[in-house]
Amino acid sequence: MIQLIQNLGKSTRVSFTKLGRASYFLIQIIFGITSVLVRPRLLLNQLYSVGVLSFLIITISGLFVGMVLGLQGYYTLSDFGAEETLGVMVAASLVRELGPVVSALLFAGRAGSALTAEIGLMKATEQLSGMEMMAVDPVKRIITPRFLAGLISMPLLAGLFSAVGIIGGEMIGSGLLGVDEGAFWSQMQAGIDFYDDIINGVIKSVVFGFIASWIALFEGYDAIPTSEGVSRATTRTVVNSAFSILGLDFILTALMFGDN
Amino acid sequence: MQHTTTQDTLVGLFVASGIAGLFFLALHVSNLSSFSDQDGYVITARFENSGGLKVKSPVSAAGVKIGKVTSISFDTKTYESVVQMNIDAKYNTLPDDTTASIFTAGLLGEQYVNLEPGGSEEYLKPNGKIEITQSAIILEKAIGQFLFKSAEEKK
Repeated sequence: MIQLIQNLGKSTRVSFTKLGRASYFLIQIIFGITSVLVRPRLLLNQLYSVGVLSFLIITISGLFVGMVLGLQGYYTLSDFGAEETLGVMVAASLVRELGPVVSALLFAGRAGSALTAEIGLMKATEQLSGMEMMAVDPVKRIITPRFLAGLISMPLLAGLFSAVGIIGGEMIGSGLLGVDEGAFWSQMQAGIDFYDDIINGVIKSVVFGFIASWIALFEGYDAIPTSEGVSRATTRTVVNSAFSILGLDFILTALMFGDN
Repeated sequence: MQHTTTQDTLVGLFVASGIAGLFFLALHVSNLSSFSDQDGYVITARFENSGGLKVKSPVSAAGVKIGKVTSISFDTKTYESVVQMNIDAKYNTLPDDTTASIFTAGLLGEQYVNLEPGGSEEYLKPNGKIEITQSAIILEKAIGQFLFKSAEEKK
């Protein structure tokens, strides 16, 4: 029994110190932003590896998610003779929820795990301490550009995901199943509000980009510098990012769409 | 360097397509292009019963959407429903004896405010009041009255 309480106390202490290190790490990242702005080349390289390389998986998944929504929505809605509202259904579910959430999960799996592995390996091969020896701050040089790239890429990827998904839903809905195209778009435009739906979706994706890149970079930076440690850190990145994204999504949805 | 220029191009394309996606959402998917609530003026109408009317329900005249409902509140003195509407600025020639009524789009559709222009020479001013209103038809009430009436006739 005492052992149990001791274990609880120990795990609380460990998780709190980890949270503390992560917060300190975040402050270091934020203070490094000015030095990245002086060297935009660093940011550009990371935008390539974080954003451009995630482009394909995001657009293809978006297309298929939109097509499935179109198909499933049509079968359910046609029971009530309300096929025309397919546009609103596809667009609202993509813009509000699926766009930010699914693209953030894919982003955590595609870019986040790569970031953790890269930084963990840099630590394991002592490249980070090598930089410190040369009086180069590894946080400013390595971490902050990657963080900013994640923060910038995420809303763009989420927007792309939703846009491609809506086009996919339209292809299936009005191309294959014969929903009237005019009704599809006009119902969508009547049902989706720019500020309430689209801006809130963008805010969500910025928050998810922040969380996913923070977790990925911290897990890499905090990894035990062995091959096993790096592999565990990569796993933790994906698991923790997925948990935080889904949990935060619930909170953000309750805050944003709760009052109407 | 060949390598960095191709990378630049790809990053440029990525950012451009992301922004294009967001623009597509803003202009093609949402109602941003068709109606904005920045420019417009507010008018109020008092209804005996505003039924299932909601904030953001459309306000239309002759079947054309000209604005939307911005707030619905209950007046504690007169026991009426006070409905505020935002009318698009370009429709500023509504006569001041316009009638407001609450209709339902289709049998089970959403409710909306219909404005029926009168014959007055004076126009409704911003923050103006609509005097003549017609309440929402509550389906249950209508059915109840009909049943009551048919029961009366049988006696």
